[in-house]
Amino acid sequence: MIPPQFDYHAPGSLEEALALLGELDDAKVMSGGQSLLPMLKLRLASPANIVDISRIPGLDSITETASFLRIGALVTETALEESEVVAERYPILLDTARVIADPLVRNRATICGNVAHGDPANDHPATMMALRAQMVATGPDGERVIGVDDFFHGLFMTALEPGEILTEIRIPTPGSAGGGAGGNGLRSAGEQSGGAYIKLERKVGDYAVAGAAVQLTLDDSGKVARAGVGLTNLGMAPIRATVAEEVLTGARLVARGGFRGAIDKMRDAITRAPDADEIINAAAQAAADATDPVADRRGSVEYKRNMARVLTARATARALTRAHTPAGG
Amino acid sequence: MSDAKPRTSAKICGMGHSMKRKEDPRFLQGKGNYIDDITLPGMLWLDIVRSPIAYGKIVNIDASKALEIDGVLAVLTGKDLEAYNLHWMPTLMSDTQMVLPTDTVMYQSQEVAGVIATSRYAAADGVAAVEVEYEPMKPVIDPFQALEDDAPVLRTDKEGQEDNRIWHWEAGDKEATDKIFAEADVVVREKMHVPRIHVASIETCGCVADFNPVEGHLTVYMTTQAPHAIRTVLALVAGHVGLSEEKIRVVSPDIGGGFGGKVPVYPGYVVAIAASVVLGKPVKWIEDRMENLQADSFARDYHMDAEVAADASGKIRALRIKTLADHGYSDAQAAPSKFPAGLFSICTGSYNMENAYAEVDAVYTNKPPGGVAYRCSFRVTEAVHCLERVVDTLAHKVGKDPATLREENFIPKEAFPYHSPLGWEYDSGDYQAAMDKAKEMIGYDDLRREQAEKRARGELMGIGVCSFTEVLGAGPSKDFDILGIKMFDSAEVRVHPTGKAIARFGTKSQGQGHETTYAQIIAEELGLPAAHVQVEEGDTDTAPYGLGTYASRSTPTAGAAGAMAARKIRDKAAKIAAHLLEVSEEDLEWEPGTFSVKGAPDKSVSIQDCAFAAYTNLPEGMEPGMEATNYYDPPNLTFPFGTYICVVDIDRGTGEVSVRRFVAVDDCGNIINPMIVQGQIHGGLTQGLGPALFEEIPYDEDGNNLAGSFMDYLVPTAVETPAWETGHTVTPSPHHPLGAKGVGESATVGAPPAIANAVVDALAHLGVTHMEIPIRPDRVWEILAAKGVAK
Repeated sequence: MIPPQFDYHAPGSLEEALALLGELDDAKVMSGGQSLLPMLKLRLASPANIVDISRIPGLDSITETASFLRIGALVTETALEESEVVAERYPILLDTARVIADPLVRNRATICGNVAHGDPANDHPATMMALRAQMVATGPDGERVIGVDDFFHGLFMTALEPGEILTEIRIPTPGSAGGGAGGNGLRSAGEQSGGAYIKLERKVGDYAVAGAAVQLTLDDSGKVARAGVGLTNLGMAPIRATVAEEVLTGARLVARGGFRGAIDKMRDAITRAPDADEIINAAAQAAADATDPVADRRGSVEYKRNMARVLTARATARALTRAHTPAGG
Repeated sequence: MSDAKPRTSAKICGMGHSMKRKEDPRFLQGKGNYIDDITLPGMLWLDIVRSPIAYGKIVNIDASKALEIDGVLAVLTGKDLEAYNLHWMPTLMSDTQMVLPTDTVMYQSQEVAGVIATSRYAAADGVAAVEVEYEPMKPVIDPFQALEDDAPVLRTDKEGQEDNRIWHWEAGDKEATDKIFAEADVVVREKMHVPRIHVASIETCGCVADFNPVEGHLTVYMTTQAPHAIRTVLALVAGHVGLSEEKIRVVSPDIGGGFGGKVPVYPGYVVAIAASVVLGKPVKWIEDRMENLQADSFARDYHMDAEVAADASGKIRALRIKTLADHGYSDAQAAPSKFPAGLFSICTGSYNMENAYAEVDAVYTNKPPGGVAYRCSFRVTEAVHCLERVVDTLAHKVGKDPATLREENFIPKEAFPYHSPLGWEYDSGDYQAAMDKAKEMIGYDDLRREQAEKRARGELMGIGVCSFTEVLGAGPSKDFDILGIKMFDSAEVRVHPTGKAIARFGTKSQGQGHETTYAQIIAEELGLPAAHVQVEEGDTDTAPYGLGTYASRSTPTAGAAGAMAARKIRDKAAKIAAHLLEVSEEDLEWEPGTFSVKGAPDKSVSIQDCAFAAYTNLPEGMEPGMEATNYYDPPNLTFPFGTYICVVDIDRGTGEVSVRRFVAVDDCGNIINPMIVQGQIHGGLTQGLGPALFEEIPYDEDGNNLAGSFMDYLVPTAVETPAWETGHTVTPSPHHPLGAKGVGESATVGAPPAIANAVVDALAHLGVTHMEIPIRPDRVWEILAAKGVAK
């Protein structure tokens, strides 16, 4: 559990960091270090140089603009958990942060690091897919924006080029174009959105046996205007379950007037449409069909596929419940 | 049955007081002194090269690149140790194991070479740079295959070893038992595996070996539960290179959990000692977590085939168990010599039956050696799991509530001392009382009604019962020894002139709270405040000889020795008191801390007055001082017991088992410190929850460890752990001087079958009679899917 030797660099600015990445051979970017350090200690990774970006000022903010929730490169999981805007408007992000490792890790680990690591067992990628997030990569030639669908290429492989740093994640706001769960239409007056991430783990802090992120936006008639479904640890890369999204989109899951009288604390009091369960189950089955898991200590292929189904159904139900709350999200 | 009021005041704080632990201020402030806190001048570091394969020949070890690294001083191999005849060592079970191999590796992660360097970092770089060429061979992993005729013989180093069988052990009357089975109304049978697990103590193993070449004296600071026995073993093993017992000092400082895993001698200790002797400098070795999980002695790994014969009403008549014990590469357990299968013959448990027969065959495989008694008095966990599971199967078979069936089969309290069919004399027991209390605490009848309602709605809820009998406190010298050394234990108590005391013991606390419990025993017997009694253990130069702490033996043996030594001092104090009060001894009355004259209570002297007089004002002819020693050879073991009841809910979607409630009623006789006992129960229950639902070390067919780190070896955390509900009854041990029994391991033993029984109970209406532990969600889900009830 002793890492091999490496040279350590702690640039004080983004420019300096990018310059170092340009100059150094075999360099690896480190933010919170919560994935990289264990790999070093196990001698699974042995980069010659580590560029620690954690001292660069200005990269640790969570801000909401009219169009996006912007999460900087150094925002930690703990900061996300403690953010009021996240708690009120993006509960799916809170769901996700809260089930990652343990508080000690979350104090150091960053959301951008979790995504940039490219590990399909990490939890944020599925949520980012459900939310249609955009990744801002900064390199020697400036910024470029990568859509989440184009970001994950495979196990530990992403669209980031050598010399680039993931400096920001942009999540469309529930009220904006593309709000909540993709699509291009502007939000209409009575729109409601809600999302949920549910992870099955063998014990707290474990990587997911399976995880499902579902974000729903309902129009004022209660029909699903847009749906996003992302899956964790069920293939070589994070999975966006597009067929499941299609099944949900346009469906009426809430009975007419179903929101009326359903007060916040009685979330289960939403009256579902008569065929809602059937639609949700069909979407969940479509999500399961999109997976390509491997058998391991977490279970068989059959078990994991079924867990994709069960968790997608549960996350959809919870997203639906949350969609009616006034805060949206 | 009720708790007696403490005999001593809160100031004296003898038995029955929940005194706060004397050791906690230093632990809670991070001021403990563990092995890795010890740094000596000029100290070097050892790190170990380990085998990536389970079985194979070593073709070549090339250390040249390692030796080029700045700070790397030496690379020790089996050939180097062979020059001193130190490449092999005995296990505590009189088997043998390699320290470092000269030609063959026998299990994955086996020690292959030791790198000595000036820093921990250089040593680790050196390990990575040592190049070892192997010629892999097909390993034997399955213990059943190990016994087949065509299986390769693994221990070719052992003369006369013609197969992979280590030993065969049996107990009971086979013929009489078979006869009962042949004529019984009902026979039930379950095959089960109690899988290989690991103690996973929070502190890994390590040592600092410090050989002084001028004096020829060796000091070893090491993580050991049994420092005196280790010193003797070192003297026996290394006597030929000049290390005789008076020149060896073993010091066991603060220990961060042992649970049986710190009883054996591991190769790392020996390599560190050899390196210190060769280099003349102190050498430190500290395992990392993965080394600890992958190479140190495992526990359990018993494959059992259990049958119960009963009459039609469910009255148990006989028990028959056939067992295969997978010991890995060497029998490296630490059981008493005459008990190769430990105390497995406690397997008739709490039930009165006509006869029983149990047999165990032990085999070699290409896995790390073991198996230690993980928080278990030598194979009691396996025995209790086996019995308590198959008894549930019987209850379902005859259509009786599992609690009722147990009650109808309990050994009645009038039958104690009870002679079990497999030869134990149970000292005391009142099993129905513990059952009654557990049922009342959990509301058993209401739960059964709730279960019926839920079952009608398709919800899966189960209630599991376990009524165990433990056997603790090894042990009486007529039967119990380790390498010939009898399993007594010892105490040495000295009262200073000002009435304060030091008490030293042959045991070694690893978190159990001995500094508090022992002080309370002395306080109980002498009337000195426990706060004034300093307790020391673990240094072979100062502590009296003892066999150490494991098998819940500290209170039954060393605790008894402390009481007996204190009584000797009290006898002397009585003579001094008579002298001071100018009366005869017969005219004195004792209440804790004070001698007074019968009929004249205002004429009195304190124990402190007597202590001062022992150094200043003695009766004529009396030897000065106030000190006593006792080596206590217990007349019998102690037999604590209890009933545990567990309620689980099963998620039909995911197969997850949630332990909703768990009531543990324990009877460990008279209680010394109720808070410490409760803490022991809480810890033990959690270490029973682990193997029931989470923990297991499986191997693939190539002998690769599939749970070699905490990523896959799933120790439960506070999140997975239910809020334990504890209660107790009190049935004092008739032979222990304080009426106390051991308690450290009851909960580890009783919890797994209670949980497993609850899960099986939730699924019983679907025709399920057994589930192997750990009961993982995917295993439950597969049953739900097969039965068509998965959601």
